[in-house]
Amino acid sequence: MSKTTEKVKAGLAKRYARERRFRRFGLASIILSMVFLAVLLLTIFSNGLPAFTQTYLKFEVDLSAEVLGVDANAEQAALRAASYSTVIKNTLAASFPEVKKRKQKKALRKLVSSNAPYRLQQMVMANPQLIGTRQSVWFLADDDIDTFFKGNIDRTLPESSRRIKDFQLVWLDKLSAEGKVEKRFNTEFFSRGDSREPEQAGILGALMGSLYTMLVTIMLSFPIGVAAAIYLEEFAPKDNRWVDLIEVNINNLAAVPSIVFGLLGLAIFIQLFGVPRSTPLVGGLVLTLMTLPTIIIASRAALKAVPPSIREAALGLGASRVQTVFHHVLPLAMPGILTGTIIGMAQALGETAPLLMIGMVAFIIDIPGGISDPAAALPVQIYLWSDSPERAFTERTSAAIIVLLFFLVMMNLIAVMLRKKFERRW
Amino acid sequence: MNTTTLILLLILLATFAHFVGRKRSLSVSNGNRGVNKLHSLPGYYGYLMAIWCVIPALIVLVAWTTLGDMMVNRHIAATLKTDSNTVTEVNLIMNQVRNLAEAGKPEAATDPLVQQATQQYISMQHTTALAKAVVVLAIALIGAFIGWRFIAPHVRARNQVERVLRWGMILCASIAVMTTFGIIFSVLFESIRFFQSVSITDFLFGTTWSPQTAIRTDQVGGSGSFGSIPLFAGTLLISAIALLVAVPLGLMAAIYLSEYASPKVRAIAKPALEILAGIPTVVYGFFAVLTIAPFIREIGEAIGLSVASESALAAGLVMGVMLIPFMSSLSDDVINAVPQAMRDGSYGMGATKSETIKQVIIPAALPGIVGAFLLAASRAIGETMIVVMAAGLSANLTANPLEAVTTVTVQIVTLLTGDQEFDSPKTLAAFALGLTLFVLTLILNIVALHIVRKYREQYD
Repeated sequence: MSKTTEKVKAGLAKRYARERRFRRFGLASIILSMVFLAVLLLTIFSNGLPAFTQTYLKFEVDLSAEVLGVDANAEQAALRAASYSTVIKNTLAASFPEVKKRKQKKALRKLVSSNAPYRLQQMVMANPQLIGTRQSVWFLADDDIDTFFKGNIDRTLPESSRRIKDFQLVWLDKLSAEGKVEKRFNTEFFSRGDSREPEQAGILGALMGSLYTMLVTIMLSFPIGVAAAIYLEEFAPKDNRWVDLIEVNINNLAAVPSIVFGLLGLAIFIQLFGVPRSTPLVGGLVLTLMTLPTIIIASRAALKAVPPSIREAALGLGASRVQTVFHHVLPLAMPGILTGTIIGMAQALGETAPLLMIGMVAFIIDIPGGISDPAAALPVQIYLWSDSPERAFTERTSAAIIVLLFFLVMMNLIAVMLRKKFERRW
Repeated sequence: MNTTTLILLLILLATFAHFVGRKRSLSVSNGNRGVNKLHSLPGYYGYLMAIWCVIPALIVLVAWTTLGDMMVNRHIAATLKTDSNTVTEVNLIMNQVRNLAEAGKPEAATDPLVQQATQQYISMQHTTALAKAVVVLAIALIGAFIGWRFIAPHVRARNQVERVLRWGMILCASIAVMTTFGIIFSVLFESIRFFQSVSITDFLFGTTWSPQTAIRTDQVGGSGSFGSIPLFAGTLLISAIALLVAVPLGLMAAIYLSEYASPKVRAIAKPALEILAGIPTVVYGFFAVLTIAPFIREIGEAIGLSVASESALAAGLVMGVMLIPFMSSLSDDVINAVPQAMRDGSYGMGATKSETIKQVIIPAALPGIVGAFLLAASRAIGETMIVVMAAGLSANLTANPLEAVTTVTVQIVTLLTGDQEFDSPKTLAAFALGLTLFVLTLILNIVALHIVRKYREQYD
């Protein structure tokens, strides 16, 4: 063995050890990211899945005409105004006759959600013949009760640090022993707008708000983005100052913080042009400006991927340049363009910061019916709920995140499928 | 008639015009036998007529819709203006008037002046809406007629249609430039107004930030000082933590995936990173509050440190994880751009893989990695939702990552959400912060893009 070989061999073990260490560090960084992702998803799902069920309590309701103050033949207006809350109060008192103390009576009334009288009102107005009968009705439970039945209130804790007190525990045990407690699929969550009461809060309002916002965004950003991409890729003269300026701007806008777009929306769209605040319209306008760079960049890449031979063939057969692009190049680039657009839309759907600037954070109960009604958006709803201290709202925040992630995954899956199905190698 | 129906009507008219134009081109060229005499295909004559019908009408419609409301508002505001009230008061009354008009109940106003103004407002809106509809439709019909008159066999309809199309596309492409101008315009003007009441040096070099100004003179509230140093210090602290997490992890992930990983590992890890990249920041923020912040506090308490519940560490860590996929995909690009020949040369000299990576690939890709770092830094500075949810509100000037700090973006959000009058220094300060944020990220982006582009040319 020569001296050099010996020298190399002596260092070899060390060098291999260094190699292994480096490699392990690389693997560790990947595993760390994946562990984080797993923990995140696990936390969200374990917190959010219980929100898809909701506790209901069954009570025997005495719909006597004396208590309601109306009889079966009364008019709709009178039926609407009847004193349903008294019925609820009597029902609860009758179910637990032993309750005497004032404080406990108050707690008793909070067993069912505050919309219980409306539930009765709807029942009676739909069928006035119910007046004078006894009915057993399932009522939506209050959020604390719901949290208890989902096992999130520890009954072994000292009474002072529990939201459910000992006397309430007695009632709840009695109810569940009598089979008057039931967990059902949470239809409220998908059929209502926001509410201050967690058990009545739903995401339909935010979902519709997001839908209208996305509608505005895609109606504007898709045609504008594709037109801009076609111009820049197919028609723009080289060495033109204006074209250079446009390109530089597109690249920069792609990296401008999203909150700055919110400032733009506030100052230009709302203050200057008087677009109504808090509406999907102004939200869509802002998100359009934000997603345009994404769509333009993706569309340009798709157009560039179409081989020049297609263009040459069309031009050779006498088509004009516009005809070449619109009849031949664009259809071939469409799958790529659509993929880019969907990914841009997915980004826009998850965007929150600019919407805060233009007033889409307001507390809105009504479900928006169009692009000019005040509305919240799904990510904004998540932000709003995450601020509320109640355990039931934490649950709902996670559930809303699950819904949001569901839509994002669906959109991305569609994008992947489009790419797989129409991908063409030239 | 509202704008939506008007637009639908215009679309209907355009379709109609298209068919009429097409028919006419055929008839002026003597029916089917004469088609050859036409310069363009019949369809193009149809498009030409539709363009004549819609474009002028649409321009008028857009102009009227954007300016009309403003004019009505200004007119009503002028009638409300008396010698005794200020501009803010007039604005307040105008808000009242608008709300009443929207509800359609002018009689609900207690003040007879407001009631009268509301009635006037409603009637003016009604008239302008009607006038708008009539004018727009008239212009559409006149345009269609002009287009109809134009149609003749020698008219180069295709060229004309294509020219219009081209200008339309140029207009669409120019929206990017207009957006930039819009951003500059919106933040610059408000910032100038802000700097009229607060000096620039105070804003840039002041060390106390407490934007609460006293609304009444006798009120004991905030001092109304706008020194932005603590905000930038906080932003820097959180961003530094984030980059400390994201840069090594992202870079190593990219190196591992492109140089070491088997196809199987890559097939799992790449989508996982993509999912991480696709999660909305509001979800990260919620996760930081729900899990990471309590976790860090528990650890801190276990080893005897006091940790704020909204510590910079929690926000920074989560932001760092958010940036890992961003950093890794950018680094992946630059690592793959290093020519294979350089690797082969290094292996041929007997270097191990890690030696090649450390001594050949990373130095060769360094400009690109620096560019990626700068882009990640720009993302970190401009990130909003994570810090809004997980970082604090009070402006502390500290370098301790366990304390709560606030950032520029958090302050912009807190200053501008909720009901605020638009002209107070408090809201204007948000725009000044927005301006500095925009300029800062712009510089980072331009430098980063420049470095990346220059580097790419090296090996192409």
